[in-house]
Amino acid sequence: MKEDINCGAFLESISDYVDGISGDALCKEIERHMADCEDCRVVVDTLKKTIYLYHETSVKTTIPIDVRERLFHRLDLDDFIKKETLP
Amino acid sequence: MSEESLQEFSLQLLRSGNRAEIARLVDAHSTKIYRLALKMLANPQDAEDVLQNTFLKAMQALPSFEGRSSLSTWLYRIAANEALMTIRRQKPEVEITLQGNDEYDEELPLTQFADWCCLPEAELMSSEAKRHLDKAIHQLPEKLRMVFILRDIEGLSIYETSEALDLTETAVKTRLLRARLKLRESLSVYYGERLDTEKI
Repeated sequence: MKEDINCGAFLESISDYVDGISGDALCKEIERHMADCEDCRVVVDTLKKTIYLYHETSVKTTIPIDVRERLFHRLDLDDFIKKETLP
Repeated sequence: MSEESLQEFSLQLLRSGNRAEIARLVDAHSTKIYRLALKMLANPQDAEDVLQNTFLKAMQALPSFEGRSSLSTWLYRIAANEALMTIRRQKPEVEITLQGNDEYDEELPLTQFADWCCLPEAELMSSEAKRHLDKAIHQLPEKLRMVFILRDIEGLSIYETSEALDLTETAVKTRLLRARLKLRESLSVYYGERLDTEKI
């Protein structure tokens, strides 16, 4: 990482940048910095990938059928266990 | 939230205890609540207990639900508190509060610069890699883990996360940045080693 103040400021803004909510001016500044600083570019790319991997591997988790059945039973909703309640 | 806008519920029916409407609400949100609990606690039985307690408490509180936040955010709030109560019971020696000071003395974690993005998807998402992802997230302090799960796994906005956890948006952003960077460090060590193996 290049030893200049931009790397520190860059790190503080990195979340907003990967979320696409930094303003246009800051966004351009960050991209200019990344063009010159390979380490910061890698940090952004691997951070985006980190978020992507957690999201992708987690959203496939759904409630197991037996867990849903016990939940409906506990809530006294047994008569809805077999029904499709959602479209 | 987009899922909720597609899935509208009658507050009037829910407040009056309409069982069919409550069953619809449970089906629309049970997977998300179960996933949050499982990611927080890493134990399917504990996650199931949190899931059941969340909906039991929600059903009791529905008649007085005022609708100031969305139903989804409100359920996440109940579930987050249930999950933290479970952790407190298991680790009474550790003081865990969602609120509280966010003064971090240590520097932002940044020591790994391996560019592992180019690894094949099959390697990035192998069973072993998934175990490392789970291990890394469970090494996060609870209050960072909770923010990361709600924002980056469940996809809540910063505002919705702040509502669910009764935090300021600034506190959410601070915790999110730390959680993301800590996870990136841990994954960079793991995948960096695979990158080195590929080069040999």
